Amino acid sequence: MDVTLTVNGAQHDLRLDDPRVSLLDALRQHLDLNGTKKGCDHGQCGACTVIVNGRRINSCLSLAVMHDGDEITTIEGIGTPDDLAPMQRAFIRHDGFQCGYCTPGQIVSATAMLEELRQGWPSQLSDDLKNPELTDEEIRERMSGNICRCSCYPNIVDAIRETAEGAA
Amino acid sequence: MSDPITVSLFHRMNFRDEENLLDRTVQGVISTPMDRPEGPLKVSGTATYADEDHPPGTVYGWLVRATITKGWVVGLNSRALRRMPGVLAVIRDERMIRNPAQGGDAKSPYQGPAEVFYKGQPIALVVAETFEQARDAATAAQAEYLDRSHKAVIVPAEAEYETPRGEQSSQGDLDRAMQEAAFSVDVEYTTPSMSHASMEPHAAVAWWQDGRLTVRGSYQMLNTNAQELADALGVSPKKVRILSQYVGGGFGSKLGISHEAVGAAIAAQKLGRPVAVALHRRQVFETTHRRSESRQRVRLACDAEGRMTAVGHEVWVSNLPGESFSEPVTQSTPFTWAGENRLIGHHIGRLNLNGAGSMRAPGEAIGVPVTEAAMDELAEAAGIDPVEFRLRNIPEVDPSSGKPFSNNRLAECIRRGAEKFGWADRPKQPGSRREGEWLIGMGMSAIIRVNMMGPSTARVTLNPDGTALVETDMTDIGTGSYSILTQIAAEMLGLPPEKVTTMLGDSDLPPSIGSGGSRGAASSGTSVMLAAKALRKKIAERMDCDPDDLTLKDGTAIAGNRQRSLSDLLAGDTLEGTGTIKPGLAEMHHRQASWGAEFCEVAVSSVTGEVHVRRLSGVFAAGRILNAKTARSQCLGGMIFGIGQALHEKVETDARDGNFVNRDLAEYHVPANLDVPHIDIELLMDDRDAYANPMRAKGIGELATCGTAAAIVSAIANATGHRFRHFPVTLDKVLEKLG
Ligand code: FES
Ligand code: FES
Repeated sequence: MDVTLTVNGAQHDLRLDDPRVSLLDALRQHLDLNGTKKGCDHGQCGACTVIVNGRRINSCLSLAVMHDGDEITTIEGIGTPDDLAPMQRAFIRHDGFQCGYCTPGQIVSATAMLEELRQGWPSQLSDDLKNPELTDEEIRERMSGNICRCSCYPNIVDAIRETAEGAA
Repeated sequence: MSDPITVSLFHRMNFRDEENLLDRTVQGVISTPMDRPEGPLKVSGTATYADEDHPPGTVYGWLVRATITKGWVVGLNSRALRRMPGVLAVIRDERMIRNPAQGGDAKSPYQGPAEVFYKGQPIALVVAETFEQARDAATAAQAEYLDRSHKAVIVPAEAEYETPRGEQSSQGDLDRAMQEAAFSVDVEYTTPSMSHASMEPHAAVAWWQDGRLTVRGSYQMLNTNAQELADALGVSPKKVRILSQYVGGGFGSKLGISHEAVGAAIAAQKLGRPVAVALHRRQVFETTHRRSESRQRVRLACDAEGRMTAVGHEVWVSNLPGESFSEPVTQSTPFTWAGENRLIGHHIGRLNLNGAGSMRAPGEAIGVPVTEAAMDELAEAAGIDPVEFRLRNIPEVDPSSGKPFSNNRLAECIRRGAEKFGWADRPKQPGSRREGEWLIGMGMSAIIRVNMMGPSTARVTLNPDGTALVETDMTDIGTGSYSILTQIAAEMLGLPPEKVTTMLGDSDLPPSIGSGGSRGAASSGTSVMLAAKALRKKIAERMDCDPDDLTLKDGTAIAGNRQRSLSDLLAGDTLEGTGTIKPGLAEMHHRQASWGAEFCEVAVSSVTGEVHVRRLSGVFAAGRILNAKTARSQCLGGMIFGIGQALHEKVETDARDGNFVNRDLAEYHVPANLDVPHIDIELLMDDRDAYANPMRAKGIGELATCGTAAAIVSAIANATGHRFRHFPVTLDKVLEKLG
């Protein structure tokens, strides 16, 4: 099976011998992009979050062969150690991580989440379904798909709020 | 390059530290909220965890697990499995282990995959060219058993309990004190079995080269882990190297080597290829350790003025047959509150469930929430405010042993916490404050965790260019080891932290106690301090001054009115200092603990039974705080662990066969972002404990979780007027009481 994935702007022509390879494992094992983490392989933790054609998804719940021609952004595409994105710098400043294992997923998820908000997507907590506001409660709700057992949640909320305000 | 000039310093902690060196150094990096030096790697996905960066030719293993609860494996369809696509081997090897090693074991856990002790126990390993092939083949495995599951003991009530002699104690006459007391409570609480659920599943990649094994895995205590793995494999510890530079959370679940390390090492040996074994999330839940459930009877009594006269704490916990670990639930009960009549009881039952082991603050994490919730009950019975009641009962010395405290800041934490939180506004009458459907209440808890130290060694190298390298096999499991060890070396040597590199997580480096029991920072930190102190002496020699008269700052050595840059002073030499700390008499003649107080406001829905933690705040004293940012984060993590413990987390076991029912993150509920309110934390930055170690710092990683759940359930009692004595307080339990 031949699959073409555009990952962080670079095109990869993958030959997969096995249709069971998840998008997550394709990234980690076939493309050596280990930044995307596997916390549960079951769609329950968010550690594997990537952005596919502009939407955040759990890459463990999706097979690589379903993504022929898709544009994918992983943590490696958000920023590198020498050239960090504002969201990544805010996570460092606010200590939005401890062990760091959920962190790429949190940052990718937060990046896409702010975009969803900018586009006016409501959440179940939004009072105004057309123009939801960026409150702490909205951030918590929209980030609840990303589990952090080190429990850095308050710091994650601080980092996201600061990034959003800086970009506004 | 010439050989380095080596110096070393050994210290046994027998006496009070008189020097207080870290209050006299002037670099000004210690205790600051410095960002984690490894931060840029972690936020960009470039820090390497266990199951990553596989060597070329790596193949994949997947565990096959027992479908019975007790008995023997007498056959496996290995031949059929071997014919499946990509399968390279089906391994059943006597060296495979039943359960992970306990922290610090330094020897193999129980071995042999033939006898089954719990459902889901690993019994074989399938290795295949790809991950998908290995998983598929393992799913097709069919074992034949001699099934003795009907003899399995699953439910604590049916277990036989042992009463280890050394773990019981009593003084005075508890029964009589209870009878004669003006007020007393005699209550039974239960806490459920829990799971660490670190985000990175256990994983190991193993390869052999020239008869030596390297394992990149996710472990907390590399020195003893290498010994455990070597013992399991039957090789010398020198033949084993373990790498754990980044560990995706541990909380005790990675204190000892586990199935994946032994399986990957054996398979790599047999196949002559690197083998990666990563546990699936369900396997993590079912085959690595859990926290034991507990039943706890607490008896407390006081006189008419609210002065305590009796403290009784008896506990029943469990583990697999033969496992020595038994959760020390009563650990802090002997010294926290006053009272002349005391009793401690400890009982351990044997169950056919996955092994019980240490989980964040083993002992106090489940003991303190129960004794503190009972304290709230006694305060209510006596009609005294819970804050005031506690302040009346802080003992002058350890009431069980008569030993003095090394320091005790409990009263201050409670007073300060109460004031910051606005405790005066607590509803005096339970069930009296309402906002629509929501019942509002406040609760508090004292927070206590014993302080410990372990033997640790570190090497600090001062290079000719004035940069420094810190090396030890210590791990950073999110705790902040990279940060604090960098800060300690920078402070001691007078270097900006950018000039210090810290290398951890390699068992070939000088041995530390590792990460566990909140000992890591104090132990490995002191070893770095001592190594740097040895270097300071050498620098003083070159400055021709007494070490006491030496000032190091920003890469410059200063003595009196003389001043020289370090690189100038080194004149091309490399100085290598080694520091070793060992525990000694200080912890025997003084009672050492870290202290805190937490306050909580909850809203309980009278319609759904849902409990919202609205506010949570804590004040903590743990000696010198080494990094204000990472220490605060550790407290946050501990408090949020406590939210899970109070409201969500419970391992559900099928009483018929021991099946782990909620074995994944959708069913085992750890707190998610929306469960957590703003949390206010204050660290007493002026605290110093001269008996703890020469840094005067104590453990903080586990402290904050030791009591959080009591603050929450006491707040629920204040909101609803009902006591909930069985954790976690889920909606069904609340609704039942609210009617
Ligand atoms: S690994 Fe994909 S959601 Fe957990
Ligand atoms: S930082 Fe460890 S799980 Fe989030």
